Amino acid sequence: MNYQFNWKLVLTGEYGQWILQGLWITLEISFVSIVLSMLLGTIIAVFRLSRVKPLVWFSATFTEFFRNTPLLVQIFFWYFGSYAILPDAVNKWLYKQDFEFAAGVISLTVYTSAFIAEEIRSGIFSIPKNQLEASRACGLSFLQAMSFVVLPQAFRIIIPPLISQFLNVIKNSSLVMTIGVMDLTYMARQIESYTFHGFEAFTVSTLIYLVISLIVSLLVNQYNKHFLRFIPH
Amino acid sequence: MHWDVVWNNFEYFLIGAFPEGPLGGLAMSILLALGGIFGAFWLGLAAGLMRISKRRMVRLPAIIYIEIIRGTPLLMLIFWFYFLAPILLGQAMPEAQCALVALIIFTGAYIAEIVRAGVEALPKGQMEAARGTGLSRFQAQVYIILPQALFNMIPSFVNQFVSLTKDTSLAFIIGVNELTKAATQVNNRTLTSPTEIFITIAVLYFIVCYLLTEFSRKLEKRINRYQARTR
Repeated sequence: MNYQFNWKLVLTGEYGQWILQGLWITLEISFVSIVLSMLLGTIIAVFRLSRVKPLVWFSATFTEFFRNTPLLVQIFFWYFGSYAILPDAVNKWLYKQDFEFAAGVISLTVYTSAFIAEEIRSGIFSIPKNQLEASRACGLSFLQAMSFVVLPQAFRIIIPPLISQFLNVIKNSSLVMTIGVMDLTYMARQIESYTFHGFEAFTVSTLIYLVISLIVSLLVNQYNKHFLRFIPH
Repeated sequence: MHWDVVWNNFEYFLIGAFPEGPLGGLAMSILLALGGIFGAFWLGLAAGLMRISKRRMVRLPAIIYIEIIRGTPLLMLIFWFYFLAPILLGQAMPEAQCALVALIIFTGAYIAEIVRAGVEALPKGQMEAARGTGLSRFQAQVYIILPQALFNMIPSFVNQFVSLTKDTSLAFIIGVNELTKAATQVNNRTLTSPTEIFITIAVLYFIVCYLLTEFSRKLEKRINRYQARTR
C-alpha cells in the first residue's frame, strides 16, 4: 500500500469550495423535490381513495410503475427522452431553464411521490373510517372532510416514515450527477479526476451525507419519543 | 417514433452479446441482484443477530455498520469501494466484482434491520419456553427463533430483492455491462430514439420488479395465517 493520503487538499482551497458548492446544490435539489413530491404524492393518494374509477386506476398505475423502475432509468428518461412526449411549449420553457436541474427535479419528484402516496394512503387507512363518515354526516363535502378531518390526523402518524422518505430523497439526489447536475457526488467525482485523490474526496462527501442523515434520524427519534405516544390507537 | 431501434437491439438488452461475447443486459442485472441478495443475506443475518445481542461490545459494531450504511447513498458506497479497492489490493478490481461487493455491503445493512425486526416480532414466550425446556440461548436461537423468524421475513426479503434489482442499475456508473449500460450504449450509437429506448428499459425493469412484488404480497397473505401470535 503506497498511497499518500492528502486530506488537506480536499478540505481546503478550491477543492473545499467545490465540496461546499456541491453540498448547496444537493440541498437545493432535494428541497425542491421534497416540496413538489409532497404535493404530487398527496394528490395521488387522494385519487387512490376517491370513488372515481379512472382516477383510482391512474394512481394505482402511477405508484406501481414508478416504484418498480430504477430511479437512474427514470432520470435518463426525463433527461434524454422526455422531449418526445411533452408538448412543445413545455419543452421550450424547460430548455430555457437549467435543464439538467429541471430533469433531476422532475425525476426525483415523480419517483418519490409514488412512495409518498403509498405512505399517505396507509396513513389515511389507519384513521378509523367512521371519522370520515361522521364528518360527511356533519355536512362536509368529501374534499372538506379529507382536508380538515382525515388528512391532518393522518399526517401526524406518518411524519416519521415521511421524513425517512425525505432522507431517501437526499440520498437519491446523488444520482443526478449522471446527467451533469453539479451536486456533492459530482464534485467528489470532479476532484477525483483533477487530483486522483478520489478516496479522500468520496470519504469527505460520504461523511457529509452521513451527518445529514444522522441528525435527521436523531430528530425523528425525539419526535417519536415525545409526540407519538399522545396519538390514540 | 423509431421503435425498430428497440426491436433490433432487443436481444442485446436481454442478454448482451452473450454467446459470442460477455454476458450483459437484463441477465447481468438479475445475476448481480441474485449474487447480491445471497451475500447480503449472510452478512445481514450476522449483523442483525449481533444488533440484538445483549453484550455491548457485540452490539456496537453492528449498530455502527448499520447506521453508517443506511445513512449514505449507494452511489457513494460504490464509488468509495471502487477507489478503495485498488488502494487495499494494490491492483485494479474488475468493475462487476466491485459493484457486487458494494451491493452486498449496502443491502446487508437493510437485511440486518429486517432480521432484527423479524426476531423482535416473535412473542417473547417462544424464547422463554425454549430456555425452559433446557436449550441454551444459542440452541434456542438456532432451532426455535430463527426458523420461525426467517420464515416470517420471506416477504421482506423479496421486497429487498426488488429494490436490489433496481439498485443494480447504479453499477452502470462504474462501467458494469448491465441493462442500463446496454441502454446508454444503444442510445449513444443511434442517437435517434432515446424516448423509446428508455421506455423499453423501464418496462423491462418494471416487469421483473412488479412480478416479484406481487409474489411477495401473495406470500405475505399466506404467511400471515401461520404466524405465532402474541395473543
